[in-house]
Amino acid sequence: MNDQTLTPEERAANLKGMGSSRKRVEDVRFTQGKGNYVDDIKLDGMLFGDFVRSPYAHARVVSVNKEAALALPGVIAVLTAEDLSPLGLHWMPTLAGDKQMVLADGKVLFQGQEVAFVVAEDRYIAADAAELVEVEYEELPVLTDPFEALKSDVVLREDLEGQTEGAHGPRKHHNHIFTWEQGDKDATEAILAEADVVAEEMVYYHRTHPCPLETCGSVASMDKVTGKLTLYGTFQAPHAIRTVVSLISGIAEHNIRVISPDIGGGFGNKVGAYAGYVCSVVASIVTGKPVKWVEDRMENLMSTAFARDYWMQGKIAATKDGKITGLWCHTTADHGGFDACADPTKFPAGFMNICTGSYDIPTAYLAVDGVYTNKAPGGVAYRCSFRVTEAAYFIERMIEVLAIKLNMDAAELRRINFIKADQFPYQSALGWEYDSGDYHTAWDKALKAVDYEGLRAEQAQRVEEFKAGKTRKLLGIGLTHFTEIVGAGPVKNCDILGLGMFDSCEIRIHPTGSAIARLGTISQGQGHATTFAQIIASEIGLPADDITLEEGDTDTAPYGLGTYGSRSTPVAGAATAMAARKIRAKAQMIAAYLLEVHDDDVEWDVDRFAVKGAPERFKTMKEIAFAAYNQAIPGLEPGLEAVSYYDPPNMTYPFGAYICVMEIDVDTGEWDVRKFYALDDCGTRINPMIIDGQVHGGVTEALAIAMGQEIAYDEMGNVKTGTLMDFFLPTAWETPNYITDYTVTPSPHHPIGAKGVGESPNVGGVPCFSNAVHDAFRPFGLVQSHMPHDHWRIWKIANGLGMHG
Amino acid sequence: MIPAGFEYHRPGDIASAIGILEEHGDEARVIAGGHSLIPMMKLRMAEMGHLVDLQAIEELKGIEVGSDTVTLGAMVTQHELITHDGLAAAIPLIREAALQIADPQVRYVGTVGGNVANGDPGNDMPGLMQCLNATFDLSGPDGNRSVAAREFYEAAYFTAREDEEILTRISIPVPGAGVGQAYEKQKRKIGDYATAAAAVMVGNGTASVAMTNLADTPVWSESASAALADGDVNGCVAAMLDAIEPVADNRGPVEFKKHVAGVMLRRAIDRAQNRAG
Repeated sequence: MNDQTLTPEERAANLKGMGSSRKRVEDVRFTQGKGNYVDDIKLDGMLFGDFVRSPYAHARVVSVNKEAALALPGVIAVLTAEDLSPLGLHWMPTLAGDKQMVLADGKVLFQGQEVAFVVAEDRYIAADAAELVEVEYEELPVLTDPFEALKSDVVLREDLEGQTEGAHGPRKHHNHIFTWEQGDKDATEAILAEADVVAEEMVYYHRTHPCPLETCGSVASMDKVTGKLTLYGTFQAPHAIRTVVSLISGIAEHNIRVISPDIGGGFGNKVGAYAGYVCSVVASIVTGKPVKWVEDRMENLMSTAFARDYWMQGKIAATKDGKITGLWCHTTADHGGFDACADPTKFPAGFMNICTGSYDIPTAYLAVDGVYTNKAPGGVAYRCSFRVTEAAYFIERMIEVLAIKLNMDAAELRRINFIKADQFPYQSALGWEYDSGDYHTAWDKALKAVDYEGLRAEQAQRVEEFKAGKTRKLLGIGLTHFTEIVGAGPVKNCDILGLGMFDSCEIRIHPTGSAIARLGTISQGQGHATTFAQIIASEIGLPADDITLEEGDTDTAPYGLGTYGSRSTPVAGAATAMAARKIRAKAQMIAAYLLEVHDDDVEWDVDRFAVKGAPERFKTMKEIAFAAYNQAIPGLEPGLEAVSYYDPPNMTYPFGAYICVMEIDVDTGEWDVRKFYALDDCGTRINPMIIDGQVHGGVTEALAIAMGQEIAYDEMGNVKTGTLMDFFLPTAWETPNYITDYTVTPSPHHPIGAKGVGESPNVGGVPCFSNAVHDAFRPFGLVQSHMPHDHWRIWKIANGLGMHG
Repeated sequence: MIPAGFEYHRPGDIASAIGILEEHGDEARVIAGGHSLIPMMKLRMAEMGHLVDLQAIEELKGIEVGSDTVTLGAMVTQHELITHDGLAAAIPLIREAALQIADPQVRYVGTVGGNVANGDPGNDMPGLMQCLNATFDLSGPDGNRSVAAREFYEAAYFTAREDEEILTRISIPVPGAGVGQAYEKQKRKIGDYATAAAAVMVGNGTASVAMTNLADTPVWSESASAALADGDVNGCVAAMLDAIEPVADNRGPVEFKKHVAGVMLRRAIDRAQNRAG
């Protein structure tokens, strides 16, 4: 046991703690097809639910005739709003302070909206029966443009008619939801009026969808004998779902057990509450049998939460030598038929007010107007923290637009405006306190890594060759320096439905020196079981391989607010370190007792406590664990476990420098990413391999969004991109190679100095790809063009610039 | 995405398959690789009471490479087209085009017969077969007949094949030495149909050009082919652009598609001419 032959470094390496590229323990089951997802759950007597959905984007529901469906053998029930209304469940509250129909209550507001829920003995019968439900609609005028919606006489939300006050203040029009203002309007407008230079542009970040590989679903099982409801589902926040289900159903919270099993990707899509969850619960209560609901791909794309859809009008002011003096932004936010954005309660536009980005902008103003339209509800943070990607795209486009106006190199314009390392903690003009950063170091490292000067020289030569008719391909150099705000968040200003956004970890050490830890978060592929064990391993000196991680079962895990917005490491990761430190504190007392010295006379050494000045006298954590269960130690309770609920003092502010080199064919609009360099600073790095994987995945989703992925509607409100044929998900073929790099600027307030990283590559990647497209055409006069940059939109840029002869 | 119920048949020979089609009329459909039909069934845009699976029929398999003619069984997969070296030597255009269809997983199952018989204007093989001047063999209750690929397509999903007929084999004349071939396709991503695709053969004073997904059928143009045979590339492109009738979709508007069609055709011609030597 008392192995003194290993050096401290060797003992630390054996733990596979923080800094180790430990392989993911989850992958053993995932790569063998042994995962356990919601659709793998099969319970005795389980029934299946399927929706009848509206083909219209805006219509009155005149009647619903269930007769033919109910006559089909194997059909158990057909639920409509009328059936749910006596239970008060035909509407449900949204996370944004609005309410949303569970089943159509007199009208529908978007194509694909749930009208009736068919329950049958198997999913084939349910699908057949859904076809047999006869719904009579009366079509109404459709509003798909938020600017039109704010002028139109057509009232979308008749249930709110006459309500001039919404959840976030006054409503200016019957299709208006809220206005959210941050910063100093008058001061910003005064700066704009007197500035040397003002650049102004509309920056549109189009509507898209998180599109996890596993769609949303649930299995509800009401045990009428015990009165207990078990609800399995694709929940990124299982505890919050339990509380919400209790509040809206009236079932006592201790009688509800929510389980998030393996989740096949979330990206924000699985944060909100969906009609299917509610209907599976009601159907189980009504039938007394378990009821499964799993949506298909088209339902997922059409009806569950979308992302983005922000029209951001921007003005940026600067001195003639490029020092930015002010930033102004007015955003028109298309929220669809119901305001179901998933944001902390006090932030109806999320953290859009991080839109001053990485720059020291002394004065700024932001206003966001939320608008109802005939589109699906949502507005989730698709691999980002609450509208941070919109903010980053906005400022990184505005910087490029300003560089054009100033006739200045965009890399240099960024450099002279970065917040300097000695300015942290930095108070932004729009109200945030950035915890730490060293942007200049990261930027210089990135520019050097790609030979930025060489690339610009190559680009200049390419322009000459193009003008001489020697090539039809352009070269674009996309730059981005992003700053994220993740780890919501301090309970004092961040809550969801009144639940403070702390998180939690409980650790139990077993007598033989292994452990189990349970957290309030839930992995959807992030690798929590791997990385959180590494935090514990480093903190208490037990090997990560001997630590089991469990999440997602509300009967066993401590309460937490779940996994989204890159909050797991900043919040639950901190809780994990704090719980581990409580264990280490008790272990110190046990060790001192065993070594017969005073508590203060032992010191921590990787995996043991040793007597100060006598390192050969020590007790390993494994020995201490056993002692905790077999010794009667005066003044100490037996056992060795701890729980921590962590309320972070601040957000964390990861940042990064991304550079993309892109070839563009002006004749076809085709593009090819020749190089993509991603430098991320997420503070302390827990598992470099997992960070690389997160960056690869996040940049790939960014590529998708920037280069083609969208939820598009026609004028009738029909979804034009409802299958993966038209909704762009890159395959291995379209995915470029990535070069990853890093700097380390720890968070000063986080117990282990870590920030989030899973969403950084999406936040930084989207403007980087878009800027590369814009940069290719900058020498030919392009200032601004909207994403997604699919072939025909790129071709249209070239065509508009007269490049097709 | 759950299909309506259907009866599944798996006959072992062509005669039995035709018998099932005769018995059930338009209630029955044959299925080859299923990559077009199964999604349509799941969307409930195609519903049939009887599905006749052709994969157990040996007569529909096999690639034969003769000195003048290549014949392909209808159930030959795209993967088999790609990996058959004799075929690649005889008509390299087929491998080049098949490699641009979908992805390896689809190509393991998707068949050449299904691709040409379904009449989907997005499929690559119909235009290719028109370019190559292939002939399709059909078997039905009234016996066997052959239809030229250039005569086969009537409108989207409508072909010269009768409901009770099965497309059994494809015969393709071997172009011979000195004829350069090329297939050029623009698509948004792997697995997508073409925004525009061009199949070109040129050499020995002959030429043939066909395009894909630019009308409700594949477009083989006699005048475009004749112009190219005369070495008039601009005339060829102009004639083809006159023949196509693209419609706007998520890939882009008509104006864009016409432009890209011209670009694809010129690139295919250029490569084919280089290969002709």
